[in-house]
Amino acid sequence: MALIELKDIRKTYFLGEIDVPVLKGISLVIDRGEYVALMGASGSGKSTLMNTLGCLDRPTSGEYWLDGEELGSASGDRRARVRNKKIGFVFQSFNLLPRTSALDNVIMPLAYTAGNLSGAEQRRRGLAALKQVGLEDRVHHYPSQLSGGQQQRVAIARALINKPPVIFADEPTGNLDSKTSVEVMKMFSDLNAEGITVILVTHSEEIAACAKRTIRLQDGLIVNDSANANGGER
Amino acid sequence: MSIFTTIVVALKALRRNPTRASLTTLGIVIGIAAVITMMEIGNGSSSSIRRSIEKMGANSALVRPGWRRTAGVSMGSGAAMSLVPDDAEAIGRDCPHVALVAPVVTGSGLQLVFGSNNWGPQQVVGTSPEYLTIRNWQIEEGRAFNQREVDRNATVCLVGATVVRELFERRSPIDCEIRIRNTTFKVIGVLKSKGANMMGWDEDDVVITPWTTMRMRVTGRSTGTATNTTSSVATSPSDLYPVTGLELYPEQSSNLTSDTKFYNKFIKLNQIYFSATRAEEMETAIDEVTRLLRERHRLSKEQDNDFRVHSSGEFMKMLGSTSTVMTNLLLGVALISLIVGGVGIMNIMLVSVTERTREIGLRMAVGARSRDILKQFLIESIVLCLAGGVLGILLGHGAALLIESQLNWPIESSPEAVVAAVVVSAAVGVIFGFYPAWKASKLDPIEALRYE
Repeated sequence: MALIELKDIRKTYFLGEIDVPVLKGISLVIDRGEYVALMGASGSGKSTLMNTLGCLDRPTSGEYWLDGEELGSASGDRRARVRNKKIGFVFQSFNLLPRTSALDNVIMPLAYTAGNLSGAEQRRRGLAALKQVGLEDRVHHYPSQLSGGQQQRVAIARALINKPPVIFADEPTGNLDSKTSVEVMKMFSDLNAEGITVILVTHSEEIAACAKRTIRLQDGLIVNDSANANGGER
Repeated sequence: MSIFTTIVVALKALRRNPTRASLTTLGIVIGIAAVITMMEIGNGSSSSIRRSIEKMGANSALVRPGWRRTAGVSMGSGAAMSLVPDDAEAIGRDCPHVALVAPVVTGSGLQLVFGSNNWGPQQVVGTSPEYLTIRNWQIEEGRAFNQREVDRNATVCLVGATVVRELFERRSPIDCEIRIRNTTFKVIGVLKSKGANMMGWDEDDVVITPWTTMRMRVTGRSTGTATNTTSSVATSPSDLYPVTGLELYPEQSSNLTSDTKFYNKFIKLNQIYFSATRAEEMETAIDEVTRLLRERHRLSKEQDNDFRVHSSGEFMKMLGSTSTVMTNLLLGVALISLIVGGVGIMNIMLVSVTERTREIGLRMAVGARSRDILKQFLIESIVLCLAGGVLGILLGHGAALLIESQLNWPIESSPEAVVAAVVVSAAVGVIFGFYPAWKASKLDPIEALRYE
């Protein structure tokens, strides 16, 4: 069953008098439980596609269906709600709040969830998410007291807090050394094994090889969309 | 996002940079502290003025005869001699908001003689026992005279502290006999010292007797003042027989006196003192008295009052307005400092928004709507200002206490000022926090996340 469906998505930036088309008609279907790597050189439009998929940006035209909802023309508040409930983000630079404990960082998105949970319930879910990423003994540490890999795992726990069907990871290993990169990628594989759809943006072939499917972009168009032979095996 | 969570988030955000938060709010702290101190000092001084006026009998008013024009010439205040004892009695009977009434006849230029000493007091007052209550005057020694003594023209009197000093050389004057004109009075009481009044008069330089005695035996003339010589109609028995101090009629028993009250027909009063049931009812009481007297004096609508009513409230207002002007002026300065504090808040909030651009982007990415961001920063600035406000209230009250103990200025805590301070500091938070918060809420999440 299709979790994500794009129908002729186009995005054009209007910079003064020049129109800059970035996405030139992208159609694509991603099913529930897939593990997809989005690849492309800089300027290929992969970040824009990522932002569109992540409901951070609105396409100029085209339809975007996520989990049965058309979001191509959704209002800002509706997209915010979708980001909160259905999407988890993992960033290259972790984006943790400084001088805020790992637990508080993890439960931060719950503050924006409609129908607020009690403090105890938030804590319980935060601890569960931290446990899932293996950081149950670092709950009260500040980001500055954690290693890069640990910080990224806190960020993953934060992405998981609302049990979203899909996680977007934008160069999740870009700031990590190769050893911790492997750990983090293992974590994505595990999450995917649990049924969560994972979409990676990367320009590293090695990282992309972890995914089960690779989509290559060039000049705002999909040039290659293929399943990886040994995807998810590492 | 509920308000409570927002406040918690705001507090956490402020706690991340405590030094900056406290320095930011310092402007508000100082502004609010200044307002509170000013208000407490202002309140203290106006209530001390009120207290000193109350000591002189705040809840009292005075009716005086008005002026009279004879052939176009003003005869001056008091010339009309329009007040009669019946007026006083009617005020007591018919004005519901009047508590006590005392008729007053005064004499001036009278000399007191005791043994070989003599003394010319500033005032000899003939009145009823209520006078002392209305004027809030206590007896130091002995007793006051009563209504029975008024009714039978008893030759008793009360003397003020100055008279005791001058005439009796500080010895107790109780039961001594003093002579005024040709009448001998027995001193039955000494008045507690009141000191000088606001006009600089020595209030203690006084002798008080029953007004009946005063009129019948001492002043002996209905008109009382020498200015009224134009009146050719004799209105009292003493005018017909202008021999002072001479009994015109055999002395009556008190029974007979209270039955006939013949003197009411002849005698005019110099003043009528009255007090309202409550200080706040004074205006109403004055209105009632004015209406009643106009009716009794048969004044048509076009005619001016032939009497004037003065209340101590007028005086209080005059003194109060001076201190109000002063307080308002200082309050204005304090408010300006609050605005300066507010600008400081706005400045730091703008810096904070810029500095936390990535955080804002992240919050948006995980589901914060722009109104959540607006709310968060607004609440942050309100919390900052309110904390400053509370601190300012404590600091201001402390400063006021210090001023009281060191400079001996009267202060009075002012709950309204505290409420106002809280409201104002919250308002400063909203007004000066809105622009930065709005700016934060309008950030584009993609740009914000990429911000370095």
